[in-house]
Amino acid sequence: MMEPPRKRRWWVFWVPLVLFVLFVQLVAWQLRHPAERNVVSAMIGKPLPSFTLRPAIPDRPGLAQTDYTSGKPRLLNVFASWCVPCAAEAPQLARLKALGANIDGVAIRDRQADVTRFLARYGNPFERIGADDVSAVQLALGSSGVPETFVIDGKGVIRYQHIGEIRAEHVPLLLDKLKEAGL
Amino acid sequence: MKRLTLLAALFAAPLSAQDSLPPAPYAYVQLPDAAQEAQAKALMETLRCLKCQGQSIADSDAPMAGDMRSAVRSRIAAGEQPEAVRTWLIERYGDYVSYAPQVTALTWPLFALPLVLLGLAGIVFRRRFARGSET
Repeated sequence: MMEPPRKRRWWVFWVPLVLFVLFVQLVAWQLRHPAERNVVSAMIGKPLPSFTLRPAIPDRPGLAQTDYTSGKPRLLNVFASWCVPCAAEAPQLARLKALGANIDGVAIRDRQADVTRFLARYGNPFERIGADDVSAVQLALGSSGVPETFVIDGKGVIRYQHIGEIRAEHVPLLLDKLKEAGL
Repeated sequence: MKRLTLLAALFAAPLSAQDSLPPAPYAYVQLPDAAQEAQAKALMETLRCLKCQGQSIADSDAPMAGDMRSAVRSRIAAGEQPEAVRTWLIERYGDYVSYAPQVTALTWPLFALPLVLLGLAGIVFRRRFARGSET
């Protein structure tokens, strides 16, 4: 017994095919554009959380949130002596300082002797250096690694976050951000 | 000489890319109160390690994960609710830090789509079976 030929609607064939092609395109596109790995801080535009850190080395004062209400924008550099890209960005921090930036450091999980040796070797651009032994300030800032550099305006509001080492091409960008913040 | 320097850098970097401080107080130490520790443990299993992004902070031995565990346990010990601690972290790192699924303006299609598909499948099957019973 033969069934009578059923009337096929066109979409039964085309809609799944189009969906499948779209799916393949999506996969191909995502393969070529891998997801962003950097975790951007959600604290940008918000005031600095309150914190007080003891000095990381004897010849520089420690760092507190109250140091950021002077009316002038500053850079807050999250670094560590055990961090290789932090050594790589040292010349750019020195250049930023020479161009008028005020820079403070937060040393993550570091020993005084190690920080001293690191700064003697790569230069010390910092006015203040706080020791963050349990990454408490790093967590409070929404920073997820070293090095990271934050632009803080004169009222203590976080304006910009630079993730990873500062390379030569990033110096003008950071200076622009400092100017936007009122330098 | 250049090659030698490169070679030296290759071997020197991993050695120095780790800090030498002891872990934070509650990184590898449980809370004395068992109920609080259970709360902290459950929360830590649903928080992302930001250094090693496929793992939870409960799973990871990265120093930063240890510091995050210590921060979570300290806050729970101080009487904070687990969801308040999660909110505190989301305020700093965005939704990405939490593995617990949230229904938001962006994610609701993920939750709605299975229901829509089930509904469609129901309609298709009903038609099929209705047609089958006619012959």
